[in-house]
Amino acid sequence: MRISDNDMLELIAFTLGDQEFCVEVISVREIRSWTPATILPHSPDHVRGVINLRGVVMPIMDLSLRLGMAASEPTQEHVIIVTRIGEQTIGLLVDSVSDIFTVATDSIQPAPDVSRSVDRELIRGMIPMDDRMICFVELHALFETLESEAA
Amino acid sequence: MDMNEIKEIFFQECEEQLAELESGLLRLNDGDTDPETVNAVFRAVHSIKGGAGAFGLDDLVSFAHVFETTLDCVRSNKLEASQDLLKVMLRSADVLADLTAASRDGGTVESSRTSGLVAELEAYAKGQPLPSASAAPAPAPAAAAPEPAQAETPAPAAEAPEPTDDSGFQPVPFSFDALDGDDDLAIEDGRSVFTVRFKPRSDLYAKGNESVLILRELAKLGDLQVRCEADDLPSIDMLDPEGAYFSWLIRVETDQDEEAVRHVFEFVEWDSTVEITAGADEEAFAAPDAQGGDQPMAAVPFDLSLLEDVPAVSAEAAAPEAPAPAAAAPAAAGDESMAPPNLPLAAKAIAAEAEKKETVVPAVPAAPQTIRVDLDRVDRLINLVGELVINQAMLAQSVVENESGGSSAVNLGLEELQQLTREIQDSVMAIRAQPVKPVFQRMGRIVREIADMTAKQVRLVTEGENTEVDKTVIDKIAEPLTHMIRNAVDHGLETPEKRTEAGKNAEGVLRLSAKHRSGRIVIEIADDGAGINRERVKAKAIENGLITADANLSDEDIDNLIFHPGFSTADKISDISGRGVGMDVVKRSIQALGGRISITSKPGKGSVFTMSLPLTLAVLDGMVVTVANQTLVVPLTAIVETLQPEKSDIHSFGPSQRLIAIRDTFCPLVDVGNILNFRSDLANPVDGVALLVESEGGGQRALMVDAIQGQRQVVIKSLEANYTNVPGIAAATILGDGRVALILDVDAVVTASRGQPLSPDMMLAATG
Repeated sequence: MRISDNDMLELIAFTLGDQEFCVEVISVREIRSWTPATILPHSPDHVRGVINLRGVVMPIMDLSLRLGMAASEPTQEHVIIVTRIGEQTIGLLVDSVSDIFTVATDSIQPAPDVSRSVDRELIRGMIPMDDRMICFVELHALFETLESEAA
Repeated sequence: MDMNEIKEIFFQECEEQLAELESGLLRLNDGDTDPETVNAVFRAVHSIKGGAGAFGLDDLVSFAHVFETTLDCVRSNKLEASQDLLKVMLRSADVLADLTAASRDGGTVESSRTSGLVAELEAYAKGQPLPSASAAPAPAPAAAAPEPAQAETPAPAAEAPEPTDDSGFQPVPFSFDALDGDDDLAIEDGRSVFTVRFKPRSDLYAKGNESVLILRELAKLGDLQVRCEADDLPSIDMLDPEGAYFSWLIRVETDQDEEAVRHVFEFVEWDSTVEITAGADEEAFAAPDAQGGDQPMAAVPFDLSLLEDVPAVSAEAAAPEAPAPAAAAPAAAGDESMAPPNLPLAAKAIAAEAEKKETVVPAVPAAPQTIRVDLDRVDRLINLVGELVINQAMLAQSVVENESGGSSAVNLGLEELQQLTREIQDSVMAIRAQPVKPVFQRMGRIVREIADMTAKQVRLVTEGENTEVDKTVIDKIAEPLTHMIRNAVDHGLETPEKRTEAGKNAEGVLRLSAKHRSGRIVIEIADDGAGINRERVKAKAIENGLITADANLSDEDIDNLIFHPGFSTADKISDISGRGVGMDVVKRSIQALGGRISITSKPGKGSVFTMSLPLTLAVLDGMVVTVANQTLVVPLTAIVETLQPEKSDIHSFGPSQRLIAIRDTFCPLVDVGNILNFRSDLANPVDGVALLVESEGGGQRALMVDAIQGQRQVVIKSLEANYTNVPGIAAATILGDGRVALILDVDAVVTASRGQPLSPDMMLAATG
């Protein structure tokens, strides 16, 4: 069976603690190393602040904390994945980028209905990869919730 | 350039014409009797009609036409520009604006609005014409060529005697019978004959029009006999190379009516004299040489073949701009002693001619040249300059950091760079600076509408319309301003009866003014109404639970309650200003612009709303400070003074408040780090610096910061673009080290210090 390009997704995988996650490459603008952010008062904990991305003020989100896991302790090793949806640019703070890969959309499995700690709206599905499991993060939901929470 | 682009330009021009129209009408309303003002108004409507006709916008054309017809009566002094008429005309201008908008954006204008005004305008046009002698001198020779009446409208000029204009030009009697039907003029085969005298002025050529093209257009109507008359052609040493000296006598035999003939001249009628007479003037054609016998060149039989297919060269040849010995005459005038005796005379004659010209053509001051530029391009430039400023600051900082021996050349270069950057920035900002006039003009209409709806009499007085401010600011103040104007008319001013009772003029005055003050623009809306009813405001606030019944409030505090969310004093929710959005929305939108708003009110005398806004939303002069290891920028305009608190100046007040004694007054001390949640404990004032700030309506506060780093001009970066509004923070900027620094929202911090928390969840905590 031939699979058309429309059914394929190109993803970028990264690690948070000992887990692997991925987002669509198409929304990723660049990957840069961590620089200290300027703290924003009265913001949710997972908003680490704002940094200067070539003249643009970009908020940095601690994805680990946002997904209900431990807050990151950023070091020089940490990276920021610059993502852009529509007119909005957000930096995601992650431990490291591990892989870029392509999967067929039908190989994405729905997220299991187990956890209350992970906001399931943020997870588009699970991707089995050899003996690994990669959690597919829905960027649109992430962007939408950022605005409503912060307001 | 495709049709849509041309149409877009037309609509842009329409906007300018509409503004011109409105301001002209308002000037007339204020008693301006200058005929040029009437002309300007007429021209505006006429241009809109002309353009609309070209794009087939029929609604617009027919309304503009009726409007224009009535204006023409005013222009030719057949109708007095009474206050009542001007009111109708102002409303017509509003409808014309709506029709234009409807043509551009789709949509329609209620036909009842147009038809009512059409009826009123037509009634005026048919009304009692004034005897031309008693009125102001007739404007421009063009008055001798009244607008053609189109079939669907009455001919206003028909009953009136032709005015004699002062240019010495004797108008030809004009038979309006022609309009009733072609029968009277019909010659055997049902065709009519018209005689047209067409005398272009130099302006016609200056505007890129061409008589030959007009004649060619005319030839399409029927058979043409054309004679060029060159009587006015001066001898070559007197010739102005850019003057227009020829005129044409044209005999048209056509199956069309006079209207069609006149239509050909539609776009040039302002720059030429056009007389159209029904019937043939055989005499004029018969005896050409008799008049100009001594000047063989005077009457030139016009080669009709020119009209058939005019190549560029012959078009030039046909144009009356005969190349003149431009060089010879000035040279002669330049040196009298060297010149033969007759030449100075010639020079004098030229001078006399020039003088004469000046008296005939009113000297119009040359308008500064302008170009239309896409706003996006300007914005891109401004963004780039913003980057340049940041870059320059970063460069300067790294040079300072790496400086070892003090290379003066580098420092000098950097200093110059800084100066240049600043100059570039100022110049670029100046491009965006626009007068507030268009917004103020729109308010005139709002006032008229609300006055009509509330049956109040209101006169809007505007001042400082030419005050300039950044275009973004202009765009964004329109809405809050509209709301405040509505509010002022609806709530501020009383009904005519009440005003009369109170011994005031029945007509309320609304004063809208703008001026520059210490780097900001201050806009005031003052009404001479009843002022704020403090008793009612207070009662309402208690009723809504905004304040406690025993609250001890100053007059100023009570007045400022109207800015409180959800506050509305109108007993009934009126259609106009009570739509659930109150002054709090106005206040928030002004604050979002980095502005402040305040009110002062005198019972029985009226209220004044004052808003002060930054001149630009792109840069800001700020004081860079450190608070809890964070770098913040405090807008310099908010800071009254900075001081180093002494231990003896600090006094505790209540459980957690601290006051600082400044000279003889006590001022609340606000710990910025604490209020922004940067630290939970309060800083020791003696270790830091106090910035005395003044906020609109909130009095003075001393903001505690840890240290002052310096003053700097910073480029404002939006936080909302990628994130959202942050309470207490106005915007962000990028400092010389490349880090983002937040710009403090002084008003929000001061408000928060008064017990209104910064963020919504804090508000819940405070009220719960």
